[in-house]
Amino acid sequence: MRGEVRDGRIVIVGASLAGLRAAETLREKGFTGSLTLVGEEPQPPYDRPPLSKQVLLGRVPADRTGLPRRRDVEAQWRLGVRATGLDPIGKRVLLADGEEVPFDRLLIATGTRARPWPNPAEAALDGVFTLRTSDEARRLAERLDAGPRRVLVIGAGFTGSEIASACRERGLAVTVAERGPAPLVGALGGTLGALAAKLQRAHGVDLRCGVTVTALEGDGRLTGAQFSDGTHIDADVAVVALGAIRNTEWLAESGLAAGPRGVTCDAGCRAFDMYGIVTDDVFAAGDIARFPHPLFEYQLLSLEHWGNAVAQAEVAAHNMVNPGPRRLPHLTVPAFWSSQFGLNIKSVGVPTFSDQVVIAQGSLKDARLVAVYGYRGRVTAAVSVNQARSLAYYQRLIETAAPFPPAPGAADQIESPVPVPSDVPDPKLLSHGPTVALTGHMPDRRLTVVQPAR
Amino acid sequence: MAADTLFQRITDYAHRADPYPLYAELRESRVARQEDGSYLVGTYHEIAALLHDPRVSSDRRNRTAPDETGIGEEGLPPAFIGLDDPEHHRLRSLAMWSFGPPHTPGRIDAMHGEITRIVKDLIGGLAGKERIDIVDDFAYPLPVTVICRLLGVPIEDEPQFRQWSDAIVAGIDPSPGEDPAERQRAAAEARKTMALYLGELAGKRRDHPSGDMLSAFATGHGTDGQFTQLEIMTTSVLLLIAGHETTVNLITNGILTLLRHPDQLARLRSDPTLMPLAVEELLRYEPPVQMLPQRTPLADIEISGLTIPKGVPLILMLASGNRDPERFRDPDRFDPAREDNQHLGFGSGIHSCFGAPLARLEAQIALNELIQHLGSPRLVEDPPPYRRSPVLRGPRHLLVEPG
Repeated sequence: MRGEVRDGRIVIVGASLAGLRAAETLREKGFTGSLTLVGEEPQPPYDRPPLSKQVLLGRVPADRTGLPRRRDVEAQWRLGVRATGLDPIGKRVLLADGEEVPFDRLLIATGTRARPWPNPAEAALDGVFTLRTSDEARRLAERLDAGPRRVLVIGAGFTGSEIASACRERGLAVTVAERGPAPLVGALGGTLGALAAKLQRAHGVDLRCGVTVTALEGDGRLTGAQFSDGTHIDADVAVVALGAIRNTEWLAESGLAAGPRGVTCDAGCRAFDMYGIVTDDVFAAGDIARFPHPLFEYQLLSLEHWGNAVAQAEVAAHNMVNPGPRRLPHLTVPAFWSSQFGLNIKSVGVPTFSDQVVIAQGSLKDARLVAVYGYRGRVTAAVSVNQARSLAYYQRLIETAAPFPPAPGAADQIESPVPVPSDVPDPKLLSHGPTVALTGHMPDRRLTVVQPAR
Repeated sequence: MAADTLFQRITDYAHRADPYPLYAELRESRVARQEDGSYLVGTYHEIAALLHDPRVSSDRRNRTAPDETGIGEEGLPPAFIGLDDPEHHRLRSLAMWSFGPPHTPGRIDAMHGEITRIVKDLIGGLAGKERIDIVDDFAYPLPVTVICRLLGVPIEDEPQFRQWSDAIVAGIDPSPGEDPAERQRAAAEARKTMALYLGELAGKRRDHPSGDMLSAFATGHGTDGQFTQLEIMTTSVLLLIAGHETTVNLITNGILTLLRHPDQLARLRSDPTLMPLAVEELLRYEPPVQMLPQRTPLADIEISGLTIPKGVPLILMLASGNRDPERFRDPDRFDPAREDNQHLGFGSGIHSCFGAPLARLEAQIALNELIQHLGSPRLVEDPPPYRRSPVLRGPRHLLVEPG
């Protein structure tokens, strides 16, 4: 077809899920030019969801979570080397080993890394872990094999809760420290957070909410931790599960709209520059991308979801080889899942984009339910617990901006269908409005540091 | 008769061999109200939406008009296929406990070798025959043998439960305009007899468990609760019938379709790795379960700009949705390598087919082995004579002469 750009040089920085799926899609769409994938980790692309589940349980070795390939991508792989910079005028990616990779079009898919423990000396103690890479999962699984007397999990988001679940399944003593009022509150709000807290305790987790860890203690080896409420525990393993940091530092001098919240791009995955002007040769996909979503008032969302990485990579790849009128928007309804403490949790929409929540099906008592979230009178998300088959219905409600609360009449509507506050952060603050985050922009300080051009 | 409603024509035996033009007519109207107050839906996206709609009940007792099926008359509660959550979920989970993940993840996979042996035995029995009835000689005995082994039902009792099963299947047929009383009385009677038979078998397994599903049903399994004796009876009747009345049609429809598409038959014969995809295409193109006749809205449900009122009979025409051009490109073409083939052959939503993994495995093995052994068979009669049921649709006999 006319206008397609099927040749030239495409470079993908980031050789994980989004990078691989983009590469495959490029070849599927007929891209015949040269393709280079740059990845910081030495191993080929692998799947992360099993790392905090099957790998920690010892059921699957960490090096056996390689991503299945859809097709041969005929690419040059530059693995084990970090990208350190981007020259947008010379159209080159700079690598840590001093090499430069020229491109005609670039896809940024550098994702996130685990947020480290803020005190470097404590973080360096033997026994202190983060969990994001397969290497980290392997080392943590080995340590759990050795039978620690107590594991401290810092942070009860999805990753932290899954780690705690795996430890309990192994029969290990676990303490979870969560700053908020309950596990998963930041992602799912108060109602399901309370359910998660109940289940964690029922599974023998020493769950401590409303506290922070003020110090990790030890001399070379971790021996314990001090909490903000003055208490102390002995522990020989601590896993820091305090969320992720977007890998955008290498773009600091690129002139792109790249910052702590990600690389801002349009609905077609084209990156913005720091002045809010869309580029036409630099694209972004996966955890790193921050994009406007029409179902959520065009707020700029960055999603750390497996399914988003795949869908966005496919859209980005399509758009990299197609002319403007044939380009596609990335409109996928966000979705994610988790398994922990015998629960299968699935989510569609954006639960944090809500002011109210209602239990539309099932009951908290049975730990089998669908919670539906609404924002200003329309359905914006649904989360199922051990009841995933109903979610397609709610996805349609989200896609069609159906009124909240949803119409009653479900066969298994048991609890009172009265919405309650969803107890999530104010959605108006999700992205600080539909603005482009400038390079060096500090959202919390409302301050922009202009990086001098080199 | 010009006065016949669309649904009357669909269920009319005269259209059994090729109902697809009628389905195309149905899709024109999207949601079609019938004279008797029932609603027919035949478009893919609308069916999918209703299958996932928690306000659509599978329990016929929620119908406003008195239920005429006779179900319940025999004193048995519905099996889980005819119940809603949370009761449906409880019973389905208990049944799944000894069938699939998470508690018994390897059960179906482990049957690969055994199914292959049964298939080879049956094919061995075909040797030297000048004329084969694919149904009686192959497609029926295979799933019956498999489900009997799985449940722990003696295969020697097959002639007996075949009669009961026939009567029960006849009872679920919606045939508007005809007085169904006699058929439904017979169905209720058969269901009761079969339930007592299976309940007795389960009772024996309680004392002497033998690793099959009836033993698991009877001996219970700890923390996840336990079946009552009545629930064992209704559940095992459902599984025994569903375990063979559908797969026989999947295999027979499969052979018929392949014989009608010799180029695709040759392609599959030379590349058996295509068979899993081909079975998915068969489930789309000629699904064994043509419709779900027993849904009922629990509230007025608006779809496609029309309102389906609370309490009416709602009939979802899965086979029509599978041929919806708004969902499948070139839907009337049989393409064994079709991609993005999310058909409705196993339904969808909370009632999506419990036995799908087993049906897939049986059909893949059966069709692969059979087409390797049949040479270039000739279809004796096309179309073949069909079974009576418009719900579980497939040939009653399929005569072929091996080439």
